[in-house]
Amino acid sequence: MVEQAGAERGVAGPEAGAAGAAGAAGAAGAAGAVLEVRGLRTQLGGAARPVTVVDGIDLRIAPGETLALLGESGCGKSMTALSLMRLLPLGGRIVAGSVCLGGHELLSLPEREMRMLRGGRMAMIFQEPQTSLNPVMRIGAQVAEAVRVHEDMDRTRASAWVADRVQELLRAVGIPDPERRAEDYPHQLSGGMKQRVMIAIALAGNPRLLIADEPTTALDVTIQAQVLQLLKRVQRDTGMAVLLITHDLGVVAETAERLAVMYAGQIVEQASCAEFFAAPAHPYSRKLLESLPTAAKRGGQLAMIPGRVPALDQSFAGCRFAPRCDRVLESCATTEPDWQAVSQDQQVRCLLWRAGPSSGVAAASAQAADVAQPGETAMAPAPASALAPKLGAEPLLRTEGLKVWFPIRRGLFKRVVGHVRAVDGVDLTLNAGETLALVGESGCGKTTAGKGLLRLEQPTGGRVTYGGQDLAQLAPARMRRLRKDLQIIFQDPFASMNPRMLIGDIVGEGLQALGIERQAARRRERVAALLERVGIGAEAMTRYPHEFSGGQRQRICIARALAVEPRVIVCDEPTSALDVSVQAQILNLLKSLQQDFGISYLFITHNIAVVSYLAQQVAVMYLGRLVEQGPVADILGNPRHPYTQALLSAVPSIDPDSGREQVRLSGDMPSPAQPPSGCYFHPRCPVARPECAQAYPEAVHLDAQHQVNCLPEIVGA
Amino acid sequence: MGAQLAARLGAAAVVILGVCTLVFLLLHLVPGDPVEAMLGESARPADQAALRQHLGLDQPLPVQYWNYLAGLLRLDLGQSLINQRPVAAVIAERFPATVQLTLAALALALIIALPLGVLAARHRGGPLDSAAMGFSVLGLAIPNFWLGPVLILVFSLWLGWTPVSGREGWSSLILPTLTLGTGLAALLARMVRASLLEVLHEDYIRTARAKGLSESALLWRHALRNAALPILTLLGLQLGGLLGGAVITETVFSWPGIGSLLVDAIKARDYPVAQGCVLLISLIYVVVNTLTDVLYLWIDPRVQ
Ligand SMILES: Nc1ncnc2c1ncn2[C@@H]1O[C@H](COP(=O)(O)OP(=O)(O)O)[C@@H](O)[C@H]1O
Ligand code: SF4
Ligand code: SF4
Ligand SMILES: [Mg+2]
Repeated sequence: MVEQAGAERGVAGPEAGAAGAAGAAGAAGAAGAVLEVRGLRTQLGGAARPVTVVDGIDLRIAPGETLALLGESGCGKSMTALSLMRLLPLGGRIVAGSVCLGGHELLSLPEREMRMLRGGRMAMIFQEPQTSLNPVMRIGAQVAEAVRVHEDMDRTRASAWVADRVQELLRAVGIPDPERRAEDYPHQLSGGMKQRVMIAIALAGNPRLLIADEPTTALDVTIQAQVLQLLKRVQRDTGMAVLLITHDLGVVAETAERLAVMYAGQIVEQASCAEFFAAPAHPYSRKLLESLPTAAKRGGQLAMIPGRVPALDQSFAGCRFAPRCDRVLESCATTEPDWQAVSQDQQVRCLLWRAGPSSGVAAASAQAADVAQPGETAMAPAPASALAPKLGAEPLLRTEGLKVWFPIRRGLFKRVVGHVRAVDGVDLTLNAGETLALVGESGCGKTTAGKGLLRLEQPTGGRVTYGGQDLAQLAPARMRRLRKDLQIIFQDPFASMNPRMLIGDIVGEGLQALGIERQAARRRERVAALLERVGIGAEAMTRYPHEFSGGQRQRICIARALAVEPRVIVCDEPTSALDVSVQAQILNLLKSLQQDFGISYLFITHNIAVVSYLAQQVAVMYLGRLVEQGPVADILGNPRHPYTQALLSAVPSIDPDSGREQVRLSGDMPSPAQPPSGCYFHPRCPVARPECAQAYPEAVHLDAQHQVNCLPEIVGA
Repeated sequence: MGAQLAARLGAAAVVILGVCTLVFLLLHLVPGDPVEAMLGESARPADQAALRQHLGLDQPLPVQYWNYLAGLLRLDLGQSLINQRPVAAVIAERFPATVQLTLAALALALIIALPLGVLAARHRGGPLDSAAMGFSVLGLAIPNFWLGPVLILVFSLWLGWTPVSGREGWSSLILPTLTLGTGLAALLARMVRASLLEVLHEDYIRTARAKGLSESALLWRHALRNAALPILTLLGLQLGGLLGGAVITETVFSWPGIGSLLVDAIKARDYPVAQGCVLLISLIYVVVNTLTDVLYLWIDPRVQ
């Protein structure tokens, strides 16, 4: 492999492109880059039909710098990272290019020497803290192992020295009480704590370069804010460079100095964050930014990118984005774009910019004008009135004091020794044709509330009124008849699909089971139309779930729920696994369905941007209870509960002068089996008073719709 | 953990009582009169009555059950009908031979299966993997009652390296161990390979690689301990099979253990001895599976 890499070096265009890009990459400087990648090309799959997942990547990171690698799932970000570490999965191989760490070529190193660098001068952390630690090994031992591998033997022979170093590392990443915590097993730690341990492991070898592959994607925003802050602090203290892989533009804006946008295995734009967010140059980058949901776009549809990411097992003649590009030129299909300088700090691979910066600007602004008039694939914008909260909208579904408790059983006879109060007295009102967003950290009971509402989980107490009946008390047979009206889209798209069923059958199952479309041919037609509508394509009908990406699977689940034309859909984080451009398609789709059929959504999410775009009403949940609820403008614009304020301020924003005050929450949410006394939030509340530990605060009604469960003197009522 | 342990042990105690009861009922649930079955149809009524009284079969069932349980507590399993010796003594005499054979077979299985499974997993898809799995298929396919005689034929009769049967010295242990151990080794090797391959795909293995660990550290420190959990379960369950296999193997090699004792007792209609053997084998099975559960608790910190 190594010889091959050397032999094929300098074969094609990427090298020349690299020179162009590198020459203009001012921030990195010519000398002293920690990492310099040129023309990196990585393939997977058999030699007969190789999949080129990384195709001629050039990167350069200076000491202390954070470079964000941005792109949608499947574009090759992780494969790039794993190539740099030389940790490719079985069958993965680097076929061309060069990777220099501190001036030393890595691709020709023998594996033994590469191993010394791994976890030493270059370290990596991964997306899934839940599964990235060995479950049967104490976390202290896992950190100690990393320490031992990279320290010289004399010192590590002193186990006391290793133990001290482990404590030091755990303390550095903000693990409270590290002596005790080192004895814990991973399952005893929360997701955020596990990611901190992963960072401690990565720091053990004093890396010059840290590769972080979606380090906070699996975490809550409040925890994400803690982890990103930690990474920043460590970086400031140690001067290490960070390659931050993410698909979250907000995270990029708040943590990186520069970014590289990846599309279909290539980098298509490199820029400083300031330049990029002021004026993205590549049509793809522009679309990404435009597809972000915001409150300002409420009145209309979000920008969408038609079509899908191309398969990477083909060879490309021209621009890879051409089939989806709305600025496509005649030459785009045949000419591969090379690097063009937009400015000192911004380069782009797009033919629009070939005639010099001004040409691109002109073309780009023409494009910007287009946004107001959606292209053929976008749906017509909704009249603003349809989206504004209707005064006196009719309640369709309402819960009063909804409780869902799970018994905790112990011992031989499975005695009930307590209850997890997942949902502990929740009053929600879902209006016809409206969207009620339920927000809060993971584990606060959002999903259980949604399930309790549909009686997919038997409520322990309280009432759920729908169409004049109490769902909580309804006989099973009558409940089954109501199922058609009440659908749910789950958080985990794979777990909710039978892996042995064809997609066509999965989507059509409800149509058949509920007797909506008995004719097989017509059913197939409807399923095909649904699949097209969610952006999958009808040809998916004869394939199995495992053949699809996580994002595609979620779209299939949405098609399945939509199939029976329900009146209420509980959407449990339906877009959290999706890329922004796909998310835009889904949100547009959900919105247009709401307009056409008056479907109501209970939208469970932690994505505040989605809330601001989609919801009319918002309820904020903490530890099984609501802490604040009201119209979206009030909650997002004028949050009164300290928890809502902290939650909103933790959301990373691409708006550089949003000027928001950061309220950092310390620690994690306590267990719902033993909620704290008084106000459940008081142990983490930055403005708690002694009386907060006494009793759960009554609801304070700020106006007819906006209510807060906190002390009146704090919320200023 | 303490509560978990108590729960497992409590459950084991319940199962053991159940096993004892079943074995007790065995004698009474077999169709026909056990005394007639033992003595033959032509026996004189007086002899039958004497035996019935000797076995306590003339008493009401609850009283018999009570006496049986009380006897068990004193390790009194009755007397052999053949030579009037206490059953417990007869079994105690034979037990060491069975323990020796099973442990030897188990050790052999582990010695073969662990390296084989690890090798196969590390060189997945390669010739080593194919060879190892080929051996495993062979080991699984060959039954003990065929392998035993073949081994005797080759090594004892043709080559004259080992004794044909009996239990004299270490050399007599070799063939029975091979016979009994290969099947388990084959099964275990597959299991080791499969669970290792599964574990090697886990995210924490990637983390360990990213730390800069060598492949062998990865395997021994991270993968094997996680792969041990399903292997252990299988092992506990397979021990029953091993004991069952011992009955055949011991008979083939005239190995003086519980297995051949059981077969002899059944042939001679020596019910008390047969009953004792079945009881012992069942108890071993329960105890081993309980031990497996306890080990599981110890290895997997998540079972809380
Ligand atoms: N283990 C694998 N085997 C085969 N294909 C893979 C594997 N992992 C990823 N891929 C493919 O490689 C491409 C790039 O994936 P990846 O680097 O994970 O993207 P990203 O990190 O940007 O989401 C995708 O087309 C994906 O389907
Ligand atoms: S090169 Fe052409 S197709 Fe590609 S992004 Fe630029 S304008 Fe669009
Ligand atoms: S009641 Fe007290 S602890 Fe609870 S949110 Fe209000 S100020 Fe904070
Ligand atoms: Mg990825």
